[in-house]
Amino acid sequence: MEFIQQVINGLQLGSIYALVALGYTMVYGIIKLINFAHGEIIMVGAYIALTSVSFLVQMGLPIWLCVFVAVVFCAILGILTERIAYRPLRNSPRLTSLITAIGISFLLQNAFMLIYSPTPKPFPKMVTAAPITVGSLQISMSALLTIVISIVIMLVLQIFIQKNRLGKAMRAVSEDYGAAQLMGININHTISLTFAIGSGLAAVAAIFYCMSYPLVEYTMGTMLGLKAFVAAVLGGIGVIPGAMIGGLVLGIVESLTKAYISTQLADAVTFGVLIVVLIFRPAGIMGKNTKEKV
Amino acid sequence: MNDTKKAYILNTISVILLFILLHLMLTGGMFTRRWQSVVILLCINVILAVSLNLTTGVLGQIALGHAGFMSIGAYTAALITKKYMADFSATDQVPLGIYVIALIIGGLIAAFVGLIVGLPALRLRGDYLAIVTLGFAEIIRVIIEYLDFTGGAQGLRGINKMTNLYVIVAITLVVIFLMFTLGRSRQGRAIISIREDEIAAESSGINTIYYKTLAFVVSAFFAGIAGGIYAHSMGILTAKTFGFMKSVEILIFVVLGGSGSFTGSIVAAILLTVLPEVLREFADYRMLVYSILLVVMMIFKPSGIFGRYEFSLVNTPKDIKRYFAKRTQKKKGAVQDDNNTES
Amino acid sequence: MTTILKASDLGISFGGLKAVSGFNLTLETNDLVGLIGPNGAGKTTVFNLLTGVYQPTEGAIELEGHSIMGKTPHHLVKLGIARTFQNIRLFKEITVLDNVKIAFDHQMKTSLLSSMFRLPGFWKEEKSIETKAIELLKVFNLEKYRYYSAGNLPYGQQRKLEIARALATDPKVLLLDEPAAGMNHTETHELMDTIRFIRDRFNIAILLIEHDMQLVTGICEKITVLDYGKIIAHGLPQEVINNPNVIRVYLGDDD
Repeated sequence: MEFIQQVINGLQLGSIYALVALGYTMVYGIIKLINFAHGEIIMVGAYIALTSVSFLVQMGLPIWLCVFVAVVFCAILGILTERIAYRPLRNSPRLTSLITAIGISFLLQNAFMLIYSPTPKPFPKMVTAAPITVGSLQISMSALLTIVISIVIMLVLQIFIQKNRLGKAMRAVSEDYGAAQLMGININHTISLTFAIGSGLAAVAAIFYCMSYPLVEYTMGTMLGLKAFVAAVLGGIGVIPGAMIGGLVLGIVESLTKAYISTQLADAVTFGVLIVVLIFRPAGIMGKNTKEKV
Repeated sequence: MNDTKKAYILNTISVILLFILLHLMLTGGMFTRRWQSVVILLCINVILAVSLNLTTGVLGQIALGHAGFMSIGAYTAALITKKYMADFSATDQVPLGIYVIALIIGGLIAAFVGLIVGLPALRLRGDYLAIVTLGFAEIIRVIIEYLDFTGGAQGLRGINKMTNLYVIVAITLVVIFLMFTLGRSRQGRAIISIREDEIAAESSGINTIYYKTLAFVVSAFFAGIAGGIYAHSMGILTAKTFGFMKSVEILIFVVLGGSGSFTGSIVAAILLTVLPEVLREFADYRMLVYSILLVVMMIFKPSGIFGRYEFSLVNTPKDIKRYFAKRTQKKKGAVQDDNNTES
Repeated sequence: MTTILKASDLGISFGGLKAVSGFNLTLETNDLVGLIGPNGAGKTTVFNLLTGVYQPTEGAIELEGHSIMGKTPHHLVKLGIARTFQNIRLFKEITVLDNVKIAFDHQMKTSLLSSMFRLPGFWKEEKSIETKAIELLKVFNLEKYRYYSAGNLPYGQQRKLEIARALATDPKVLLLDEPAAGMNHTETHELMDTIRFIRDRFNIAILLIEHDMQLVTGICEKITVLDYGKIIAHGLPQEVINNPNVIRVYLGDDD
């Protein structure tokens, strides 16, 4: 039973990783950039949600509406960062855009530290319902919500990308940039849309994260972002179902490590998994290997 | 070879002058304690920057785990002097010989870990290498926090201090010298060729895996040395100091200065260490300004302040003269052929 | 005449597709052999197989009687196989002289410590390599450009520099991938003379890929024709141009 309990914890954490990993993987797929600033979007989402909660309370509205405020804000922020920082660098060496992404990440972190002060702030309880008990198993409402909503979101995203015209455009651009342009796809709009979706998902992840770890801090996005990135690589970067699987696998591995090996070593195990995957299967679980042409 | 001899003489003279200046400032009481520690920090940052420049600038690989190697050097050197002082010494002063040996062993262990990290990681390209080095640095940090003899999460305390400016400046100058000589040798050329075109390097007989690993290991060695100096100047170590942020800070020195230019790394490391000290009131905004600077720089001048230019006492005056000659020529409207610049 | 390079029944497939198959080639000292064929015939793939960039899925390659299968490109350079690239690959941001010096690296002995501490051995070897490199540049009339960045050279000179760099590795076999690509008529003829000259001066075997039949027949003593990864003709230039298979490939079917 203890084991199943840990797996459920892992799934909860993994769903959060998966939501964030989707942002990494979609952006990488489309402009081949490791968007280091993506982790900070989680932090921004958490702060915005926190701020909007007090307004919502004042206006007598339910606090779960903060999700929408955070999603919209982060989506706009995602579009803006791409527009201002990454678009001018679209044709420059990868090192340049990677460093820019790191710069944006630092910028967001420090800006929010100055705005909200470095002290961690508590996040209000959003789910008050009692946990569900199945035999000796206890599933908290927040875990259930996180897992179920994440899975629904991912399914919707998958359908959007497979069936919708805009989703197909995203796939086309990531497949072949030049050809997509020739086919009349508006590259800039497609990339903006990718950033908006990715950042919106990160905001959702931020709120799920705050449901189980109710502290908002300006550094909270870094580690979470890095691990989500590990999840994206694990699943095969650029592959959308890969991000979901990578996230869930990583969540379960982490939760089992914490339960059966050592809490302290959990991060080391996470990165160890990443290194082993990159060395033996650089394309990840679901990725395809490509060979460089001479 | 005439220019080479001239360069050696000029450089030796300027090093002597630098030490005389340092001596005058120290004995004249012009350095407050605070500024002395700024100079030490500056030396550490310069060593970190030039050593990372070897991997990122000269070899052209993005590494995000430099702080990891620094921490290994720091802990190793600190543990060695701690052990020595506990067993053999009655005083508080670390003997110079022991200090240097501790730094070198710290560097060697860091280099060894660099080898273990580099062998698998350097087979990966570009972004992936960045991520793997980042991952390794995080693992190193977590393990240091987990182990007991490193002081765990509480940190390693009671490290004997060594803050002799002459020694630290001298070590820094030696490291800079070694980096320049390495850059201008067969090994340096081979490493540059990999940055320029890996496939062409391989077809010119360069063992690319060997040279990549070599650059990475040497880079880790010097990061370890910097760590050792850091440990003995702070007297206390915590693994958190050597996180991802520290690695990025070092990368910023290299990139802002001009990736591939040792001069650039040195200048950027000095500027970015001294400026925050001068503008202390704005300390809170330091990282904010860094990050804006970084993004703006990447968009408008991605090659950094110096590009790949190297300062030299022999050539730089010539280059400056030539630069102004060209400007005046342009003003006169004369068309000057760019290509008659050989010496 | 001794056999230097011998490829027998060489083949490689990418994802089930046979890019090259049943490729045979023998190069002897002082040979000047042309490898021709239409676009996509697999000529560059043959080069990549012979230089260790790709590992063949079938067949064998021998250099001076020893198998060189499974060796990395840099190791093959050491053993005596040098090449140039179709789309010139120079070290663009460094000097012409350094481009050539790099190719001497595997013949150099100075250790890392000797380099870093500038021990006497460093100066001695550096000086001798510099002399050798300049001599080589002189052969190609490039010594006046020695302090230029390689990327700033005019196109034709870049081609020459790439050949000079390949020669600096002290090869027994030199593989030239479309050395005349992008050159005008005069430049091409000058280049052909240079190729003959280096063959005689350095006593090496040369295999060259060319697109243009007329050029190859003018300089090569033997020609191998590839089409769809297979040899369709091999022999003296006159035999090859009159071979009906070759005519069909180059001119298309008459009927």
